[in-house]
Parts: sequence; structure tokens; C-alpha cells
Amino acid sequence: MAVKVIIPTPLRPYAGKQESVEMEAGNVREALKGLTTRFGELKKHLYSDDGRLRSFVNVYVNDEDIRYLEKEETQLRDGDIVSIVPSIAGGTGK
Amino acid sequence: MSGTTLRISDALIRRIQAHGVETYPYECCGALLGRDNETSREVVELVPLANRRDDSPRNRFEVTPGDVQMAEKKAREMKVDVIGWYHSHPNAPARPSEFDREHAWPWYSYVIVSVEASEPRDTKSWRLRDDRSAYDAEVIESIAQSASI
Repeated sequence: MAVKVIIPTPLRPYAGKQESVEMEAGNVREALKGLTTRFGELKKHLYSDDGRLRSFVNVYVNDEDIRYLEKEETQLRDGDIVSIVPSIAGGTGK
Repeated sequence: MSGTTLRISDALIRRIQAHGVETYPYECCGALLGRDNETSREVVELVPLANRRDDSPRNRFEVTPGDVQMAEKKAREMKVDVIGWYHSHPNAPARPSEFDREHAWPWYSYVIVSVEASEPRDTKSWRLRDDRSAYDAEVIESIAQSASI
């Protein structure tokens, strides 16, 4: 399926400064893999060392959070827009 | 990502500090709106936000994706970008914790204000290294005003 992946501002320097990338992908996992294959520097910012999407990386298909769909197995259709949206967290941690 | 400079007015720094005092002993948070070029960036406005970490607001903060999108919308309306985030460290130094580093995005400026006994102390800015190994301090350059929109 031909989909568009929207890249958030802080990751654009690692993706050729592009706001979005078009690619063929059948589900979200394939779309993200396609993205990190094309732009290897993105991988460490999207995934933790154990290969899971980082907790502050949110992925939407059109306007739906994939956590409420089929997560990374969420199927994609032609024309879908996959958005990577940051959440911001931190603190003293003490 | 060392050697970068964050240009911000004293008035905006005071607003960040006042937000940290207002929410003390809990952490405050908000967005930094402004412009970026390769070596320096300038903050022109703040978007104070609610700390969504209701379970542990004394030592954690969280900005939800919805609040991030709201801040980005405001930035687009002003024809600028979200270039970073601020938060407070109640009773702790204005340097990133390991928890901060684990949750950080690259590129953004992270301004931290230390607040002790309801008084603002140091205010510093940090940027995550490309390899996520650590933060580098960012020079804060005081500018007369931030109304260069």
C-alpha cells in the first residue's frame, strides 16, 4: 500500500530534513522498518535496545493511536497517513 | 550537538521560573516556540502546559501527544516551530537526570529550572547528543526582547 509517513520536527535532521516520506507498506511495522532502513540514524531514537518502540514515541494511522488498533500490526490502506507524534517526559526521577 | 546557543529574553526566562515557583513542589512543564538555524535558535513564546503525571508530579512530568500537537498548532499559527521544552526540578539541580535522558528526543532544547524552597535557582538548557549517550549544555544568550515575529 502506498502510504505517507509524517516525521516529527526533532527527527527530521536524521531523515534528510524531510517532513514526510512516501513508501509502500502493508502495516505499521513495515512502514517504520522502511523508514529506519532508509534513514538508519532514526532507529535508535524510535526503538529501545530491546527492539521495542520507545514509550514516548506515539504512532497514529490517520487520527487513530495504534495502541487502540492492532499496534504495529495495524493494517494500512492506500493513502493512509502514518504520523509519528512525540510525547515529552522527564523529571528529577528521585 | 555541542556549541549551540539558545537565545531567549529575560522576560521569558522569568516566566519559566515563575511557572516553576507556581507549581512547586511539583514539576511544571511547557513548550518553547521559536526559530532554529544550524547554530543558534531563538525562543519567541512559551506555551505553559499541565503536568499530566498525576501519579508522581513531584519528580516527573509528562506532555501528552495531544498537548504536543496543540503546541505545534500554536507554533504554526505564529509561523515558528516548537524548538524545545521546559520543566522544573523541585529541590534538585537544573541538570538532566538519567530519567530525563532516557525519555529525551534529539534536536529539542530542554530548559530546566531548579526551584528550591519556592525560589527559582539556576536555569539551564540542554540538548541530547545524537548517540543518546548524554546531554550537552547549551549556552543561554539573553536577548532584549523576543518580539521579532
